[in-house]
Amino acid sequence: MFEYLGDRLSNAIKNISGMGRITEENINDAIREIRLALLEADVNYQVVKSFTDSVKEKALGMEVQKNIRPDELFIKLVKDELISLLGGDEAPLNTKGNPALLMLVGLQGSGKTTSAGKLANYLRKKETKKPLLVACDIYRPAAIDQLKELGKQLQIPVYEEGKNSPVDIISHALDYAKENNNDYVIIDTAGRLQIDEKLMDELKSIESTYKPQEVILVIDAMMGQDAINVINGFNEALNLTGCIVTKLDGNTKGGVALSIRQLTNVPIKFVGDSEKLDGLSKFYPTRMAERILDMGDIMGIAEKVEDIISEDEAKNEAIKMKQGKYDFEDFLKNIKQIKKLGPLENIIKMLPQARKMGLDKVEVDPKQMAHVEAIIQSMTPYERKHPEVLKASRKKRIASGSGRSVEEVNRLLEQFEQMKKMMKMFSNGNMKMPF
Amino acid sequence: MGLFDKLKGLVTKNREVKETSEELNTYDKGLTKTRDEFVSKLNVLGIKYTKVSDEYFDELEEILIMADIGVNVVTELIKKLRDRVKSENISNTKELNETIVDELFLIYVNGESLTDKINMASEGPTVILMVGVNGVGKTTTIGKLANKYKNDGKKVMLIAADTFRAGAVAQLREWSERVGVDFFGTEEKDPSSVIFDGLTKAMENNIDIVLIDTAGRLQNKVNLMNELSKMNKVIERIVPGAPHETLLVVDATTGQNGIMQAKAFKEITNITGIVLTKLDGTAKGGIVLAIKNEVNIPVKFIGLGEGMNDLQPFDIENYIYGLFKDMMN
Repeated sequence: MFEYLGDRLSNAIKNISGMGRITEENINDAIREIRLALLEADVNYQVVKSFTDSVKEKALGMEVQKNIRPDELFIKLVKDELISLLGGDEAPLNTKGNPALLMLVGLQGSGKTTSAGKLANYLRKKETKKPLLVACDIYRPAAIDQLKELGKQLQIPVYEEGKNSPVDIISHALDYAKENNNDYVIIDTAGRLQIDEKLMDELKSIESTYKPQEVILVIDAMMGQDAINVINGFNEALNLTGCIVTKLDGNTKGGVALSIRQLTNVPIKFVGDSEKLDGLSKFYPTRMAERILDMGDIMGIAEKVEDIISEDEAKNEAIKMKQGKYDFEDFLKNIKQIKKLGPLENIIKMLPQARKMGLDKVEVDPKQMAHVEAIIQSMTPYERKHPEVLKASRKKRIASGSGRSVEEVNRLLEQFEQMKKMMKMFSNGNMKMPF
Repeated sequence: MGLFDKLKGLVTKNREVKETSEELNTYDKGLTKTRDEFVSKLNVLGIKYTKVSDEYFDELEEILIMADIGVNVVTELIKKLRDRVKSENISNTKELNETIVDELFLIYVNGESLTDKINMASEGPTVILMVGVNGVGKTTTIGKLANKYKNDGKKVMLIAADTFRAGAVAQLREWSERVGVDFFGTEEKDPSSVIFDGLTKAMENNIDIVLIDTAGRLQNKVNLMNELSKMNKVIERIVPGAPHETLLVVDATTGQNGIMQAKAFKEITNITGIVLTKLDGTAKGGIVLAIKNEVNIPVKFIGLGEGMNDLQPFDIENYIYGLFKDMMN
């Protein structure tokens, strides 16, 4: 997420380091780099302009402080400006109302239907709500089938009436929700261009009839400079309460995420960050700014992990790691837990300095994970606890047992040793944090 | 004679003969929104600055970047314009407009002959594979292409190899019914085996054109991208020499990610052309210039709406003409 932008920004900032103080001259280069980085990441042209102007002005006005290097000051400045660009505080979802009504709107292909499913899943899991999905995309072929299919996968009810008018469908859906004690109703609407007056009128009449608690714009992170026209078009026609930025899991440049708040004051509430149905995360401006600048998102990792590992378990493991007693049994258990976390790449990228260490380029092939699992499972319990006993004949047996080569077994053993060393360093605090 | 004169000629001819070609009309209609803002901005710029100056170039840069043409291309273009201003002694901004059109065209053509034609099999079915990231309009484009080829008198079959997205198979089936062409889709989850069965059936039924729908995949997903190369192997095995075309579908609202998409897909599979969709909105689709310039893939079709007939072969002259038409009157 934002790797590209982050790398470019880090490079720009590097130019500042090693300088005694910030002057107009030496900062101009950095500002030019930042400008290019933002433009290439599709950040809105006007936003880029005001961002660079503001950074420059504040940088020149920065008081020189003892013991703090100018580049450190500059990074902090860029980070603070990024946070304010992203919206400052997080914006929680309005869950009041009985039932609360949420409407998803946006262009074709922005990911409304998938987001509706993900959001329902999120509300059930994290807010203990009992959501109902309502299919109001009566135009796109098979859009209703798609939502029904998602509902089936998630075991969340979907209300539909075929190609009836959306205003009528919603009225009946609300009755249905009351009868069935659904406290959150999510409406999936058809994709439309913001300049399509007829279809925009349809949304307006839904909004004025039912006054939804949330009107959420779903917007594709890959959008270019036209984003401003789309956002403004929807925001002028409707009272948008927030937006969901989708497809932020590709190496998408995501400039729209950095532009939307500044241009419209509409907050980002969620980002779609994987294709899985739990791939929807609450949006935190500070954490996002830190990730852009490669400072990592430890809080984010912790939250994800909390979902699947109990605190005691985690503590026990930390102790083992610290003492260097982490063995293949633990590793096997962790692999199984990690599988539940979703794509491993997404977690690795959240580590501080992930990009600097090249971890953002890591691509984990699930097959490789399966191979590793097979190798470990071909070890005896004793071998798993005491890998040092593994010599040629044992390795050969493990290799043939797992259907892998001896080289692969060797590689795994080597990597495991390295990993143990790193864990010790991390837990003993020898690993310096960058900022 | 520059492109500008040629386009100007087109405008004059149209006016004189009072006869506009159907194709130009579709462009004209579809690109209205795209053009309006772009051209009015350039016009305002021309009124604000009658003389070429640094400020003029700064604002010109903004307009071009806002059209998603891309920082690299724009920087290169501005540099060329500055050079030409110097060497050709241009001081009038109106004169420079012609140069802008010329240079934009040159960026796209880049000294090569343009192949916007679809490569057809000399015998047996022509196989066209559609790929792209999520939500760009692959399935809709297939529906439109099917309609086009059916109207050309071809026997068309659609194969639903998007086994991932919920409802994708049903969506394609509905298109096949709407257009009235053959359809192949199963409950099978492995797209390669769907393609295997579908192509086998296409061979048996003497189908002329097979359009294969695939799942949207973000370009950094290794497995999905690998799956694509497996599909290619299966296709080649059943229909030697196929796929005859692999079209990357790109959303016109895509920003600079479009370049990354094109690069990543080109690495995995032999992309022969681009379909630029959703050009009926306000997006300028300037990314096609950047993609052509940096990855060298030509645009073959553009999508201008959701109807069956809203697909047109791409023609760079018509496209640039559509963007600059009002400036030339």
